Amino acid sequence: MSTTSDASPIQAGAADGRPRPGSGAPAKGGAAAPRPRGRDLLHALPWIGPALILIFGVVLFPAVVMFYNSTRDISQSGVDKGSVGLDNYIEVFNFPYFWPIFGRTIIWVVVVVVATVVISLGLAQILNKAFPGRRIVRLAVIIPWAASVVMTTMVVYYGLEPYFGIINKFLVDIGLVDTPEGYGWTRNPVTAFAWSIVVAIFVSLPFTTYTILAGLQTVPGEVLEAAKMDGAGPIRTYWGVVLPQLRSALAVAVLINIINVFNSLPILKVMTGSIPGYDADTIMTMIFKYIQNQHKVDVASALSVVAFVIVIVIVAVYVRVVKPMKEV
Amino acid sequence: MAVTAPAFETIAPPAASARKRRYTEDQVPLRKVIVRMIAGFIVLAIFVLPYVIMFFGSVKTKAQIRSVDPTYFPTEWHWENYVNMWSTPETPLPQNLISTIIISVFATLIVLLVAMPAAYYTARFKFPFRMVFLFLVIVTQMLQPAVLTSGLFRQFLAFDMIDTWAAMIFINAAFNLSFAVWIMHSFFAGIPKEVDEAAQIDGAGRLRVLFTISLPLVWPGIVTAIVFTFVACWNEFAASLVILSTAGNQPLSVALTKFVGQYETSWQYVFGVSIVAIVPVVILFMIIEKRLVGGLTAGSVK
Repeated sequence: MSTTSDASPIQAGAADGRPRPGSGAPAKGGAAAPRPRGRDLLHALPWIGPALILIFGVVLFPAVVMFYNSTRDISQSGVDKGSVGLDNYIEVFNFPYFWPIFGRTIIWVVVVVVATVVISLGLAQILNKAFPGRRIVRLAVIIPWAASVVMTTMVVYYGLEPYFGIINKFLVDIGLVDTPEGYGWTRNPVTAFAWSIVVAIFVSLPFTTYTILAGLQTVPGEVLEAAKMDGAGPIRTYWGVVLPQLRSALAVAVLINIINVFNSLPILKVMTGSIPGYDADTIMTMIFKYIQNQHKVDVASALSVVAFVIVIVIVAVYVRVVKPMKEV
Repeated sequence: MAVTAPAFETIAPPAASARKRRYTEDQVPLRKVIVRMIAGFIVLAIFVLPYVIMFFGSVKTKAQIRSVDPTYFPTEWHWENYVNMWSTPETPLPQNLISTIIISVFATLIVLLVAMPAAYYTARFKFPFRMVFLFLVIVTQMLQPAVLTSGLFRQFLAFDMIDTWAAMIFINAAFNLSFAVWIMHSFFAGIPKEVDEAAQIDGAGRLRVLFTISLPLVWPGIVTAIVFTFVACWNEFAASLVILSTAGNQPLSVALTKFVGQYETSWQYVFGVSIVAIVPVVILFMIIEKRLVGGLTAGSVK
């Protein structure tokens, strides 16, 4: 639709030439001689400059600082005591819990993203059908998206408390837990981690569902009709016609979910933060333990760099294999 | 809340209008409608449940909430919790609310002021390195404050801005910039060029065209960007946790976690504050619900 979106750096003449103050005739569509590139850039700067400053100052520069710090010895009080080469990385990888934490991070991302997508496909299917009250259901599905993740997690944490937690009481009442005081879900690293996964799926559903819902709008009605005419049942139609149409919506949703879930901190911080040891940590919570509990900013930086590289690799591989930006 | 990795391509205006109204097209058998309603009701119940628990908890007394045999529904309604909750020993909640508001409002303002010109210019004009700039914007979308906290911490320490609202305002603004640029870019690109060319022929300057012609047309995109940015700042957690150390400076998201794991947690207050913090944001989000379907993916998912 827009002709301004292609990447061609060459000024394409009158079709693109627009009057610019200071670049000659204000008259429209004059014989647009190619203007010097530097000048065009100069004109663009006041408009994009502030964005550049923000991106470089608060996103890219800290990334550089982080890489630099990962090779330094920084004392607990924050004094830089010189270079240590790769010692911080050695400390990260020699930490006996590192590989379990790494494995848990993979489980965390894979389970949450896969479950989120599968459940969202079903939810979107329901929300796409016409029925009285659909709008209210759609609005309800938004709530966990807008609500603070910390607050949503805290309700679940409270519900899981033994003795007085509502979820525990419910599980006792329906006979799933046979001790009358319930079970200490949040006291045990494995169960606390499992419940964190449940919460993470719950808060990821709205965005994913809405993205798929948007994708469903692009499925042409005629194609569905044609499939019906040809005698395809609903399941065949879904696999053969609807899912392929959802490809690009799904590809974007999965990518965003991977990034978000990998970077997710608040859920695990609330659910497993008060458990001693490292049996429920992911890389992200470990970074914060280095910073906050041990005051080792240097080691935290090294682990952050590792996390950074993992994210980049995952995204790169994903983009290469799935090509989410490709138009269908 | 980071939302999406956009491809800076064209956009159709919000697709809400394209939503199919199948009610009239073919008559769905009543049995099917009932099945759908039941399924819909189950979905509704599941998504509302945690917040209902939250609300019920917020009107119970501490004794009721910590009773060994808890009741699902409050037996009496203690609305006074909503007054008393502002003075708890764990953290100064009124100050936390104020700092959440200040950080979110200013970060959203900065995003708006910075993203709008950038989105407008990249959608309307060609210039060298335009694609490089758009690529940079996408890259920031791939990163989140959580993975950069140690760098952010050291940087703002060097600037002597640790534990200040300003630091958090800039961080929130920077990490939400890309979504705002992207969504506004798609809206600006959706306006036919002829519209503002006509205005320019009539002698309007570029700024005047932007403010009088383009802005009213892209208003829905701007509202969407504002709401998204505001909600993301309102709920930000990871960077605030590290950058803000004084209890009074911290936003609600960080302050509330102090209640967890404490032996004598005043859950009723945690929930009261949560309800107060969540309800306005959810309403904001519901206002743009229609655009969530169209606007969100229109740029990246054609």
